[in-house]
Amino acid sequence: MQIIKDKKITEDNWQFVADDQDIPQTGDITVSVSRWLNDKDSLTRRGGQTGLRIRSTDTLEDIAGDLAGMPLVELDIAMFGDGRSFSQAWLLRNRYHYRGEIRAVGNYLIDQIFYLHRTGVDAFQLDESRKPEDALAALNDFSVAYQPSVN
Amino acid sequence: MYQYTQDDQTLIDERVAQFRGQTERFLKGELDGDQFRALRLMNGLYIQTHAPMLRVAGPYGLLSSRQLRKLAEIARKYDKGYCHFTTRQNIQYNWPKLEEVPDILAELAEVQMHAIQTSGNCMRNTTTDPLSGVCKDEIEDPRPYCEIIRQWTTLHPEFAFLPRKFKIAVSGALHDRAATQFHDIGLHLVKNDAGEVGFKVFVGGGLGRTPVIGQVIRPFLEKKHLLSYLEAIVRIYNLFGRRDNKYKARIKILVKEEGLEKITELVKQEWQLNKDSLELSDERIESIKAQFAPPAYETNAGLDGSFNDRLQDNPAFATWVQQNTADHRVPGYRAAFISLKAPDAPPGDITDTQLDLVADLADRFSFGEVRSTHRQNLVLTDVKQTDLFTLWQELDAAKLATPNIGSATDIICCPGLDFCSLANAGSIGITREINQALDDLDYLHDLGDIKINISGCMNGCAHQSVGHIGILGVDKKGEEWYQITLGGSSENEAAIGDRLGPAVAKDQITRAVQDILDVYIKQRQEDESFLHTVKRVGITPFKEQVYANH
Repeated sequence: MQIIKDKKITEDNWQFVADDQDIPQTGDITVSVSRWLNDKDSLTRRGGQTGLRIRSTDTLEDIAGDLAGMPLVELDIAMFGDGRSFSQAWLLRNRYHYRGEIRAVGNYLIDQIFYLHRTGVDAFQLDESRKPEDALAALNDFSVAYQPSVN
Repeated sequence: MYQYTQDDQTLIDERVAQFRGQTERFLKGELDGDQFRALRLMNGLYIQTHAPMLRVAGPYGLLSSRQLRKLAEIARKYDKGYCHFTTRQNIQYNWPKLEEVPDILAELAEVQMHAIQTSGNCMRNTTTDPLSGVCKDEIEDPRPYCEIIRQWTTLHPEFAFLPRKFKIAVSGALHDRAATQFHDIGLHLVKNDAGEVGFKVFVGGGLGRTPVIGQVIRPFLEKKHLLSYLEAIVRIYNLFGRRDNKYKARIKILVKEEGLEKITELVKQEWQLNKDSLELSDERIESIKAQFAPPAYETNAGLDGSFNDRLQDNPAFATWVQQNTADHRVPGYRAAFISLKAPDAPPGDITDTQLDLVADLADRFSFGEVRSTHRQNLVLTDVKQTDLFTLWQELDAAKLATPNIGSATDIICCPGLDFCSLANAGSIGITREINQALDDLDYLHDLGDIKINISGCMNGCAHQSVGHIGILGVDKKGEEWYQITLGGSSENEAAIGDRLGPAVAKDQITRAVQDILDVYIKQRQEDESFLHTVKRVGITPFKEQVYANH
């Protein structure tokens, strides 16, 4: 599957494993915060890499201690009007100094990509309504900005 | 006034291009109604009863003559020859075509104007005292801080999708003319014991369905921390504000439910972690201040005696000066209000020819600038007193000199049922009726300072809950009825009006207002104001009179 990462179209094989699904022994996966907190030990012992999928209602403090070395954090935007993910991205970068990938997934709009990128999101899941070339173009909606953020 | 840099211009040009693309995608069906709604609202575009409504930003109410002429041109070219000034110092067009809105925005961008964040769940246009920089009771001119806040809020990437709209107002004077205690954040420039000027910060004020008076979250904030402190408040709001119910999503509800103490603590913790990274430098403050330097006033403007002769000779002129002009800190100058409350015109409306005239008058008499006010009027802030007579004559000929500023016919009124799809009842018609009933100027001036605010629904765009007399349109089985409140105020002694009793029918509301005014005349002591009389005697005498007749 194609995603945008670091302003490039990239092939990607990460899978989100829902809470009611079995954890595969290999391959790169993301899991919910609650599953991570419950099964952290076994998840770190498996064959592939494990990342987190954070909902806008999750509390970042809960996973703050696990961020070092975490390869991927997905911000799950359930509704495009829910702006908490933007603050979560900013906090992950500025407050928790997380340096791994932050990927926007879920129901966000092309028109939000510029803002998401500025707050620290560096990868974007695509779908029918978010075509790769449009998403890439959206990263350049504005060439100037008034306020500091992450980017 | 502030002049755009190349970066400012680039940003609004790129915004026009972005919105043009969004409009095209919507018209092609690539964006659904909900998606386009969120995007168009952030460019001030509503879909109303008859047509879209476009709200253009008037940054802290300050407009140049060139900008006024552009507003006039847009009114002619894209609308029906008029526009409307709002309580938040913005400008609304009621009849644009959706497909032409990108062109309108492109025209606005030519004169350093835009419609960015005039609606939607984001940080809105920052408002202030229309007499900033000229009033006598000023601690410091708030406009440079408004501009700093304007820039910081514009396209803020983290706060574009807040739980609900977010409004900031700044006052620099002792007398609060910007309703700051009814904003999500209110800022007062104050002096501390050491003589330093900083901000007293209010949070959680608001009107609408649940009117709340803002509370002090920080008694003194150093100027250099202005943006970091605002950022801390808005981040806490973005993370913790309610998103389950849009009527409970404003920061006032968060403050109410969590308590001021807890919110203060959360903001403080957040701010401590962020304050060093977003400090305002003295150089930055000074460079913005330089753009608001006072104009070249004449030093001997007060010496010409012709002004006093005119006052003696012409009672109508003297009445206008008394009612529609305000003191100026420079001798020989006055601030002249332009009343947009002529008896037969909807409050706040202005035609294209009137706009062009005001632009010319601003050029001739007030250094080419005009301000819009919270009460939906305009003001030329720097008029030499010797020019006032000519100014008055020209305004009068254009129906812009009704001597009713601050009086009972200077009514704040929303578009109501005539234009707005949310309204339950008409407000413009009621305003006209009250105007007709109070057409005796001597009576009107004798009543003194009375603020009547009329909203056509409980969203309260005309701030009825802080009107000295508030009128709220409600729907009763398909009929228009009106609830009355008394004793509200958006000034220093902020208060929410008390409800008088059951709603009255449409054909009774003007009579009820007259009854209220009659009771005031009977009850007042010497030159006691309406508001003080209501406070002293309570609402009972008013209630008895109004409901005795109905």
